[in-house]
Amino acid sequence: MSTIVEILVNGLASGAVYALIALGFVVIFKATEVINFAHTSLLLAGGYLVAVLHDDIGFAGAVLAGVAATAVLATLVELVVLRRVRTGGHATLSIVTIGVDIVLTVELTRRIGTEVLPLGDPWGDRVVRIGDVTIAQTRIAAFAVAVAVIAAFLLAFRFTSWGVAMRAAAENRRTAALMGVRLGRVSAGAWAVAGALAALAALFMCVFPTPGLDRTTSLAALKALPAAVLGGIDSTTGALVGGVLIGITEAAVVGYQNDVALFGGGFAEIAPYLLMTVVLLARPAGLFGTREPARV
Amino acid sequence: MSERRVTAAAAAVGLAVLLAVPFYAGPFWLQAGLFAMAAAIGAIGLNVLTGAAGQLSMGHAFFLAVGAYTYVWLAAEPEEAAGRTLSGLGWPTWTAAVAAVAVAGIAGGACSPIAGRLKGPALGIATLALVFLGQHVMLRADSVTGGVNGRAVPPMELLGFRFADTPQPLYVLGVPFGGLERLWYLALLLLVLAGLFARGVLRSRPGRALNTIRDNEIAAGAMGVPVARYRAAAFVLSSMYAGLAGVLVALAFQRTVPEYFGLTLALDYLAMIVIGGLGTVAGAVTGAVFVSVLPMLLTRYGDAVPLVAPPGSSGGMSPAEAARLLYGVAFVAVLLYLPGGVLGLAARIRIRLRARRRPASPLPSRPEETPA
Repeated sequence: MSTIVEILVNGLASGAVYALIALGFVVIFKATEVINFAHTSLLLAGGYLVAVLHDDIGFAGAVLAGVAATAVLATLVELVVLRRVRTGGHATLSIVTIGVDIVLTVELTRRIGTEVLPLGDPWGDRVVRIGDVTIAQTRIAAFAVAVAVIAAFLLAFRFTSWGVAMRAAAENRRTAALMGVRLGRVSAGAWAVAGALAALAALFMCVFPTPGLDRTTSLAALKALPAAVLGGIDSTTGALVGGVLIGITEAAVVGYQNDVALFGGGFAEIAPYLLMTVVLLARPAGLFGTREPARV
Repeated sequence: MSERRVTAAAAAVGLAVLLAVPFYAGPFWLQAGLFAMAAAIGAIGLNVLTGAAGQLSMGHAFFLAVGAYTYVWLAAEPEEAAGRTLSGLGWPTWTAAVAAVAVAGIAGGACSPIAGRLKGPALGIATLALVFLGQHVMLRADSVTGGVNGRAVPPMELLGFRFADTPQPLYVLGVPFGGLERLWYLALLLLVLAGLFARGVLRSRPGRALNTIRDNEIAAGAMGVPVARYRAAAFVLSSMYAGLAGVLVALAFQRTVPEYFGLTLALDYLAMIVIGGLGTVAGAVTGAVFVSVLPMLLTRYGDAVPLVAPPGSSGGMSPAEAARLLYGVAFVAVLLYLPGGVLGLAARIRIRLRARRRPASPLPSRPEETPA
């Protein structure tokens, strides 16, 4: 019984982190209809900054600086690269982000090398025991922070003028522009928010039980992409549900890997992708995605 | 008319040069050329799918792996290596190669429920799953794939002719023909056939249909193009090209290892078609040569290039990293400034030159073509 509870709790905590990343994909897609393949390398950049800075300016300062710097970096990608692409549609823009990802990943993995960088978080490997269930403090922190940030994001998305502008742009770009929404600002803002979310997620991907930030962190973060897609790439609800589903699936595969022969040998790495494939077979637009109606 | 003649002449000269290369080039260049030709075949396939049909695939590496491993498994004899039994069917190698391409196609066909229904970047994410799935299977099914250490590739043999080093070297015009030289001609032949076939597909009815699907799915459907079936067919065709490229890569490497067929390789192929030019055979070949030869050049001549450190030393960039950085930048720069890729640039220069030669005539008047 306690295994199931532990799996659920751990799955929920890592799912919340996946949801943070998936939300980044969704925000950018909603604002610009681009799938940002450079998202995981932005995440790696955020994590790297925290790892490098925490010795000098303390953990809290490093997190703030990392989040801010990643938001700026993401905005720069939008301003310097994506905005200047004049040809092709949204598919071309998505392909451009792959090029950005190649450049960022090469530079970051070169800097990180083969090292595992600790992030200097205050939680360490301490655990909390409730009855016979053991939960790492980092998991609780991840869950609490993710829920708080996601709630703040959804509130802002719903009630601030930035959120209204963004939703208007997602609904119909041309009409929104005619009503005075500055599309440029909307998409730059979306990239900034996505970058900040990615840096925050990087923090929680690299704390206990993970030893620290290394060059494969971006591959681990890539699992949020199936989360965003199976939820529906244009749906914030979908990102949350998808993130939690992926988190729990992964935790379950790891938890039962000694009992089920199929789950051994790194099956957890591919379980998110299999789950996505199954969902896509049944619903090509994802669980909460809108099917694009076409007027002929 | 003269334009076409120039292109044909250029192709003939290029082919003659490629035919002559094994007589003059050393093993380094032959190896580089072999990889470039194998990559070109794979890139042509991806360009049919991504360039012509607008379907983003990030799973091309998976189909290369399917081709390479199917060939090895079908062609190899069962063996004991390092305390493990490796199974194999011991088929004649050329049937194994043909079957490997077919199996890659079948694997592509098995994806059709997804490949036919998703479009653009969404398909890219779905195909990403294939790369990870492939890695898992390659590492786990070690009686077939040899696990993490990979497997030796049996050399190709056709009608008693071995495409590998033989004890008695074969002399052609006084030049010893080893495995690399023989494989060079095999790869060249396959590349020409693959290029001509893809060109035929792209320039005829199916190619037009794919372009229409890319540009406007609804219009294509309204004009009677079965959209899902064509998308799936483009996916199958591109998988078969990838399978063939996989067989050639395996033959050139003489060993297949799972690590090679990772996400990096899939992105490499995307970079090839983007840099070379989306949607054309020549673009795919140009990009493939650039992306696959660049790291080898930097490894060999890295000393002469600033900022690149020789392999093994610390400080500076390793040649492989420098190459990836360079073509990552080229990738973005091409999409920003050179729509149509390197090949599109060539076409634009040609048009500019022609305009200069025949100045100031608003209507292109060609007296020789007006009917008498």
